[in-house]
Amino acid sequence: MGSIIFLVVVVIVVGWVIGAYNGLVSLKNQTLNAFKQIDVQLKRRHDLIPNLVNAVKGAMEFERSTLEAVIQARNQAVKVNATGPEGIKQISQAENALSSALQRLMVVVEQYPQLKATGNIGQLQEELTSTENKVAFARQLYNDTATQYNTRQQQFPTNMVTGLAQAQPADLWELEDQAEKAVPQVDLSMKPKV
Amino acid sequence: MSDDTSLSLFQQQEANRRRTVLLVIGFVAFFAWLGFGGDYIYYLSTRDAPGTAYHHVFPWFGIALTVAALLTAWYAYATGPEKVLWSTGARAVVDPTDPQEKQLVNVVEEMAIAAGVPRPHIWIVDDPDPNAFATGTDPLHAHIAVTRGLLELCNREELQAVVGHELGHVKNLDVRLMTMLAALVGAIALMHDGATRVLRGGMNVGGGGGGGSRGGGKKGGAGPLLVVLLVVWIVSWILAPIIAQVLALAVSRKREYLADAMSAQFTRNPLALAGALQKIDGAVAPTTAIKRGAAHLCIADPLGRRLTAHEGLFADALATHPPMAKRIAILRGMGYAQLKKEGGSVA
Repeated sequence: MGSIIFLVVVVIVVGWVIGAYNGLVSLKNQTLNAFKQIDVQLKRRHDLIPNLVNAVKGAMEFERSTLEAVIQARNQAVKVNATGPEGIKQISQAENALSSALQRLMVVVEQYPQLKATGNIGQLQEELTSTENKVAFARQLYNDTATQYNTRQQQFPTNMVTGLAQAQPADLWELEDQAEKAVPQVDLSMKPKV
Repeated sequence: MSDDTSLSLFQQQEANRRRTVLLVIGFVAFFAWLGFGGDYIYYLSTRDAPGTAYHHVFPWFGIALTVAALLTAWYAYATGPEKVLWSTGARAVVDPTDPQEKQLVNVVEEMAIAAGVPRPHIWIVDDPDPNAFATGTDPLHAHIAVTRGLLELCNREELQAVVGHELGHVKNLDVRLMTMLAALVGAIALMHDGATRVLRGGMNVGGGGGGGSRGGGKKGGAGPLLVVLLVVWIVSWILAPIIAQVLALAVSRKREYLADAMSAQFTRNPLALAGALQKIDGAVAPTTAIKRGAAHLCIADPLGRRLTAHEGLFADALATHPPMAKRIAILRGMGYAQLKKEGGSVA
């Protein structure tokens, strides 16, 4: 009788360990996958920016510095050769700088209605908005998945099998850049509306 | 059938898989009952007939109807999404040139990323009334359709919220259940119409047979049993489309709140969906392109039935959608809670 109870307990414990282990592995892969999605979207953004800059260059001679900031930030971001969630700090720093440069550009474009009126710019603006949203949503999905993964690792009793599953806390994509946090300056004077 | 919105996504998907299986089993069982029940009634009524007359021994009806139901269910699963899209006259957006359509494609791509599902196929229904629906069997084979009216009425954020709502249905596998329901409800309506004609002929036979057995009076038990069976059987025939319809309504109504919540989770902007719903609600015209059969798939009741505006026993049984005012109120609540948490002020 005693041995049967012992056996039942062993089966339950082993079953639970298998379940917890598999749960962690599945979350780990989801986190990796979500990170890849960010990578795909960042690549897209890097490819789009030269086109964008070329298209607005002629119309925006007067905003040279804004455009240059975008190009510079883009080149910086492309240069980062860290991969995987481990390099997230490096990648996110460069990309956040690019995000804020692009945001400034979009604010500038917003300010010149005659620029928006030309169909080309309107389309590019839509593309840019979409690209930025895609990066943001990919980041959101990654952060949500990673948070779920991290929480699961720390929670009792799953935390007892984290070693077994070689689970390590995943870094979140933080918005560290001060420029990103700062409210964009919008010039509300009617000046440019000539 | 629980509609607990606090269940995890995995549980929601499991529940929807289970419900779809139950739906198919119920559908096949119902037709088996109609078939074999009819066979049994026919058997009882011809049993006492003289030797040379026809004796119904082999259950032809039952076998035929069960096989037909199985084939219909299979066919519905295989072609349901196509049929739903076809019935609304939607056209696929493949390579958009129109800026509005391009924006729709972008928005759908963005939401697919947020939801972590593959990009669904995108369709537009050329109807001036704002509405949207999703169909498909799983996230890999999903379709999202919006009306032209929605594209014109909503701004980018609101469109995003509506698409997020539809992708919520896709992600938690509501689409599978609801598309099957749409296809099977359609099949029942069709079979009902066709079979009513056959039944009229059959009733004459049944009535005549019943009279014969009463006249013979050899087996005392058969008469009442036959009558009861016949009544239940005929009532099932009459009620079939109504039951199917009520089922469709009940299932869809409960899922709308969940999809609203999922949209808020994807966009982090519940107020945008509240705004979109308000605009959709404010549009007067019904969505003429979307017929009754696909009504429960839409984000807002395309038939513009006033029932949807109330909640209560009657509306609970007959409306496809929960009251718009309540949905908007819930989303506003989420939005303000979010603003408060972020330290912003409610404008």
